[in-house]
Amino acid sequence: MKLIYFAWVRERIGKADEEIDLPEGVVTISDLIEHLKTRGEEYEAAFAFPEVIRAAIDHEHVEHSEKIGSAKEVALFPPMTGG
Amino acid sequence: MASAPRVEVRVQAEDFDLGAEMAALTGGRADIGGVASFIGLCRDEGGTLAALELEHYPGMAESAIRAIAEQAAERFSLSAILAIHRYGKIAPGGQIVLVAAAAPHRHAAFQGAEFLMDYLKTEAPFWKKEHLADGSSGDWVSAKDADDSARDRWKAGS
Repeated sequence: MKLIYFAWVRERIGKADEEIDLPEGVVTISDLIEHLKTRGEEYEAAFAFPEVIRAAIDHEHVEHSEKIGSAKEVALFPPMTGG
Repeated sequence: MASAPRVEVRVQAEDFDLGAEMAALTGGRADIGGVASFIGLCRDEGGTLAALELEHYPGMAESAIRAIAEQAAERFSLSAILAIHRYGKIAPGGQIVLVAAAAPHRHAAFQGAEFLMDYLKTEAPFWKKEHLADGSSGDWVSAKDADDSARDRWKAGS
């Protein structure tokens, strides 16, 4: 599965995207964020306040409780500031 | 029975021309009574800002805006609706976004344009980073609660 990051989430992690295999037990977006936080201090910095993080599965906005299922691409990013 | 609304959405680095876009939006149509447009510009924040850098999610930005535009077209029975959102570095005074809604009567046109802007601010995947006039890299612009409130008022009583 492809993970893709934007804005300060991307900057703190230090990369724009990566491929990962979902470990067993990682079912929802919330699980995924908790898992990523165990991967190093750059991830801890990006996800220090998980409640502000927005997520999209295959280009659709989703809640943290959403199941990742067989998603091709999951994006994690800060609240949007377009317009 | 009204014909299907024309929905035009573009995400681009290039600047846009309001006059040309209006002509394209309403061209060949005799059923449009009015067009309400809004252009968002880059402010210099009292001289402290050199530029805004707009990052976007290429796979999702256009489809997210299109979904909002289609919702607006249906909700306000618009004849046509247009959204252009730029990305990349934009200097103060530069154009960032254009929305325009066309309808038989003004009320729907104004509402359609405002609805699209309010949703676009909070749901289209764009992020602004400040570049400061003193040469330093500034912060990412924070999302405003007021923008969420502006969006949410369209939900009340609907």
